[in-house]
Amino acid sequence: MPEEKIRILIAKPGLDGHDRGAKVIARALRDAGMEVIYTGLRQTPEMIVEAALQEDVDAIGLSILSGAHMTLFPRVIQLLKEKGLDDVLVFGGGIIPDQDVPELKRLGVRGIFGPGTSTDTIVEFVREEIRRHRAGEPRQ
Amino acid sequence: MFDRKELERIEADRRRWEDTTLKESLKRLPECREKFITVSGEPVQRLYTPADIAGVDFNRDIGWPGEFPFTRGVHPTMYRSRPWTMRMFAGFGTAEETNARFKYLLKHGETGLSVAFDMPTLYGYDTDAPEAAGEFGKCGVAVSSLADMEILFDGIPMGEITTSMTINAPAAVIWAMYLVAAEKQGWKMEQLGGTIQNDILKEYIAQKEFLFPPKPSMRLIVDTIEFGSKHVPKWNTISISGYHIREAGATAAQELAFTLADGMTYVEWAMQRGLDVDEFAPRLSFFFNAHMDFFEEIAKYRAARRIWAKVMRDKFGAKNPRSWWLRFHTQTAGCSLTAQQPENNIVRTALEALSAVLGGTQSLHTNSMDEALALPSEKAVTIALRTQQIIAHESGVVNTVDPLAGSFFVEALTNRMEEEANRYFREIEALGGVLPAIEKGYFQRQIAESAYRYQREIDTKSRVVVGVNEYVAEEPLEIPLLEMDREGERRQIARLQRVRAERNNEAVSQKLAALEEAARGTQNLMPFIIEAVREYATLGEICDVFRKVFGEYREPVYF
Repeated sequence: MPEEKIRILIAKPGLDGHDRGAKVIARALRDAGMEVIYTGLRQTPEMIVEAALQEDVDAIGLSILSGAHMTLFPRVIQLLKEKGLDDVLVFGGGIIPDQDVPELKRLGVRGIFGPGTSTDTIVEFVREEIRRHRAGEPRQ
Repeated sequence: MFDRKELERIEADRRRWEDTTLKESLKRLPECREKFITVSGEPVQRLYTPADIAGVDFNRDIGWPGEFPFTRGVHPTMYRSRPWTMRMFAGFGTAEETNARFKYLLKHGETGLSVAFDMPTLYGYDTDAPEAAGEFGKCGVAVSSLADMEILFDGIPMGEITTSMTINAPAAVIWAMYLVAAEKQGWKMEQLGGTIQNDILKEYIAQKEFLFPPKPSMRLIVDTIEFGSKHVPKWNTISISGYHIREAGATAAQELAFTLADGMTYVEWAMQRGLDVDEFAPRLSFFFNAHMDFFEEIAKYRAARRIWAKVMRDKFGAKNPRSWWLRFHTQTAGCSLTAQQPENNIVRTALEALSAVLGGTQSLHTNSMDEALALPSEKAVTIALRTQQIIAHESGVVNTVDPLAGSFFVEALTNRMEEEANRYFREIEALGGVLPAIEKGYFQRQIAESAYRYQREIDTKSRVVVGVNEYVAEEPLEIPLLEMDREGERRQIARLQRVRAERNNEAVSQKLAALEEAARGTQNLMPFIIEAVREYATLGEICDVFRKVFGEYREPVYF
């Protein structure tokens, strides 16, 4: 049986208009064979979680460069829990200071990718996380 | 510049050189790479000779600084008479914090101000709007009402310093606040100098901080151009910007072409309003990026001046030589900075700044080393400013005008830039112009394509970025980052609420109603905005009027 394609939502929360990174990542994941849905700009956490539900995605990638991540990422995670979507893989990227990373990880953001990350690294990360999840292996 | 006989002799000699000296050398010492390309992916030849600029006519194409086509600069003496304006883009947190940063920069030799606004302000929201959650003061200073603007410039003589404000969709409102704040300091509008970015086309194309659909946005811009030309004659009412187009991933030629195409669109709209081109064109200004490819950038600036001069004179019939000038501000490339080994960014910025100076910029912002991590710390911004001062006072590059003119390579690149820009102009024209091309996603796709190519070059290491994909070192960050006042947001909201409580709310309602009525008609909106601002109507309230009348724009999504 062919392996089910990974479905992934790339989302831009908040007011931030910097979409270069989000688009590059969306394109790289698509080129790697995943089904990618890009939300476009100015999404509230509610809109993002609703899209994740509707599109039945395996993962959500949040891109933010405005500095509002400590408000918006936790809200996305909380809403996912409320909708029973805790098993959706959440990762993020953008301008996120090192000091914020432990708290975001504790909340359930599985990966944070800053400037200079290779797209190959992110593709590998998503594949590996989803493989583990589908195999029923516990998340590390 | 060379007669045909001379060129034939040079060509013959080139073939001889290739067959002898070069051939021998390549046998012993092959070249490191198969192809050499610029940051934009354009091929670069091993060597340039007079044959590469055979068609160049010195007087027609290079010419004299201060004269058409201004390839060598808009001023005859350039930096020998006046150095560029050292203008550092700054803003964070509250108006009080940013006011202190402005004073610090002025004390250390900055010669012009440049305001960065926070996200809610850029989107026309007050600090306490639900849409503003988490965004206060993060990317710039929050200005929700005239009260904030008064604090921002407290103790700074607004009639003596020039101020650039990076504000786009709500530019008319923020400009009105500036004009009224200056009036309260005792200055007349005709004394005020500065720039509002006010370039909405590049927002749709690249930076994406738009509010309203293109047509009402263009109307607001023409309103400011018209108002400025009549009442604030020293103000640059628009800064037509390639910077953000480049940051979003465009190549140098795309940055150049898309920016100038935007510029032509503003000129067309203003002329359609019935304005005389020579009345407003001298106040148009430009803003370009300085990326890492040194010569490509210099060629871009030189080509920009030459193209614009021709367009203004020949396409739009401008007669005042000042209308032919392309004056520009430059900022070094934020997207070239690395979060890894951030001290290296000082060197990147210095090289980029040098290219802007050799390209004849009128003002310059140099990025701070820590900007891939956070807003700049005082230490980092001081080094960035000192970088400009070292170029101006120590390097000697200011001693002569356009020092790279006549370089076979630079002139050939300048020509290529112009040709590529003309090719893009034809493509945009074929789509029906800039506005239809935006709605069709043309620019967005072109830029996304270039951004992806660049990222793949880095991922596959065909392009080396020091500290990122080569010369990587796992070392702890050793530079201090900016700490903002944690109580800032609370204090800002308290002030906003006090403003709303203490102002004459009846007058505010009247002024907003008058603005709404005017917005539904065709009158120039600037006087109505100024009246509302004077009564302390907030940014959010005024933009809500526009949101109601004009609607909000949603872009087509591509990646």
